[in-house]
Amino acid sequence: MTPLIKIRDLHFYRGENVIFNGVDVDIYRGKVTAIMGPSGTGKTTLLKLIGGQLKPQRGSIVVDGEDVHKLSRKALYALRKRMGMLFQSGALLTDINVFENVAFPLYEHTDLPESMIRDLVLMKLQAVGLRNARNMMPAELSGGMARRVALARAMALDPMMIMYDEPFTGQDPISMGTLVNLIRRVNDAMGLTSIVVSHDVAETAQIADDIYLLSGGKVIDQGTPEQLQKSGSDWVEQFMQGLPDGPVPFHYPGTEFADDLLAGEEYR
Amino acid sequence: MIDFIRMLGRWGLGTLERLGRATLLLVQIITGIPELMMRFSLVVQQLFYVGVLSVLIILVSGLFVGMVLGLQGYNTLVDFGAEESLGVLVSLSLVRELGPVVSALLFAGRAGSALTAEVGLMKSTEQLSGMEMMAVDPVRRIIAPRFLAGVISMPLLAAMFSAVGILGAFLVGHGLLGVDDGAFWSQMQAKTDWYEDILNGVIKSIVFGFVVTWIALFEGYDAVPTSEGVGRSTTRTVVHSAFAILGLDFVLTALMFGE
Repeated sequence: MTPLIKIRDLHFYRGENVIFNGVDVDIYRGKVTAIMGPSGTGKTTLLKLIGGQLKPQRGSIVVDGEDVHKLSRKALYALRKRMGMLFQSGALLTDINVFENVAFPLYEHTDLPESMIRDLVLMKLQAVGLRNARNMMPAELSGGMARRVALARAMALDPMMIMYDEPFTGQDPISMGTLVNLIRRVNDAMGLTSIVVSHDVAETAQIADDIYLLSGGKVIDQGTPEQLQKSGSDWVEQFMQGLPDGPVPFHYPGTEFADDLLAGEEYR
Repeated sequence: MIDFIRMLGRWGLGTLERLGRATLLLVQIITGIPELMMRFSLVVQQLFYVGVLSVLIILVSGLFVGMVLGLQGYNTLVDFGAEESLGVLVSLSLVRELGPVVSALLFAGRAGSALTAEVGLMKSTEQLSGMEMMAVDPVRRIIAPRFLAGVISMPLLAAMFSAVGILGAFLVGHGLLGVDDGAFWSQMQAKTDWYEDILNGVIKSIVFGFVVTWIALFEGYDAVPTSEGVGRSTTRTVVHSAFAILGLDFVLTALMFGE
């Protein structure tokens, strides 16, 4: 089986900062693949690279047979119509209501009659349980609701894949559970491929078929949630079980505490 | 000393880089305009926000500027027994200078700052990124309609400013100070030239509209996506617009009336 997304030898720097230093990732059709890792490892950056919003210094990202960073602008936009992305904030347009937000990509990219757009939007909103919230403005929605509207909007053009950027961050247990369920259900019902970027281990492990663990610009480990739970690596164990100390130290690296105490007042 | 030179160099390079980015944005905007003509409703919507909502401040300011001009002008002219030329003085000052310049300054404060804040916040809340990922080009969908609306609104607002200003001067001059109304209007009509005065004023206000809207949209689009960054960009829009308006006014005046 060929993967839908094939990332090879990806190098990406921001100034002096190395974000990715030779990353290889395969994302298979129909599966929910999780990209996990501590904050600041560039998980969101990876989604932006896949979506062609950023350009890597080296390496390639092939999505459905097309090298994202070698496409013309027109071809890239055509490819993006087949990609959905759910931003952490939802990124809803704040000056129009929920219905119009979901209808936005349909108005922009199709010539469908008004009545059909209405039916499509209601179907997508029904799928995320917010059909009756269609007249609300984005400012009136809770964080979880905004993400569900954004999910409905990402599904509007029936894409082949959806990328989720930290979908569980800052959610109460109920909306967390709703989102976890939705991601899996939508993936299976619509025959999508999903990429979930997250650092919420328990929730992500529930729905992911495959997990990639990133840290320090590299893939540390990869496998099904069960495989990773049993991984022999100390780092993986620390991350998956949320231990405060381990290969990732509790203390920010620097001088020893004792040296600092003895150094006297002149060194702050 | 070395530090100073280094700072100067960094500032110079930074400014050049920003100028380059601003020019690239302008090119993108202009290439998007033909496509925009197919969806003119987007521009109409922005004409309301950028233009119509600025009408009140323009009218009120125009009225007061005209009234003050009437009072000051009368006081000077009456010493020479030339108070009947008040109409000419007022109309030429307004149509050539004050109309385009003051309304552009007000436009920068009212509409320019609003544009920067709106676009900057859209950037910081990832709405622009979100659009890109929906395969909608934010420059064409968000920036270009606002740009066109700004360029169209500015000369209309300047015309309103001048018209109301002349009316204000007439109210003060004729109603309060007793200048003959026939002389006021007929001298104005005889001495205000269609090409020399009115058309040049219109050209000025189109240039100001172009520059102010460009600055405002670039500052918003290029804003650092934090609340502080958007705040700074909004301030820069007003300050840079004011400099650009006053500087360009001098250049344009020298070209038009300098001889």
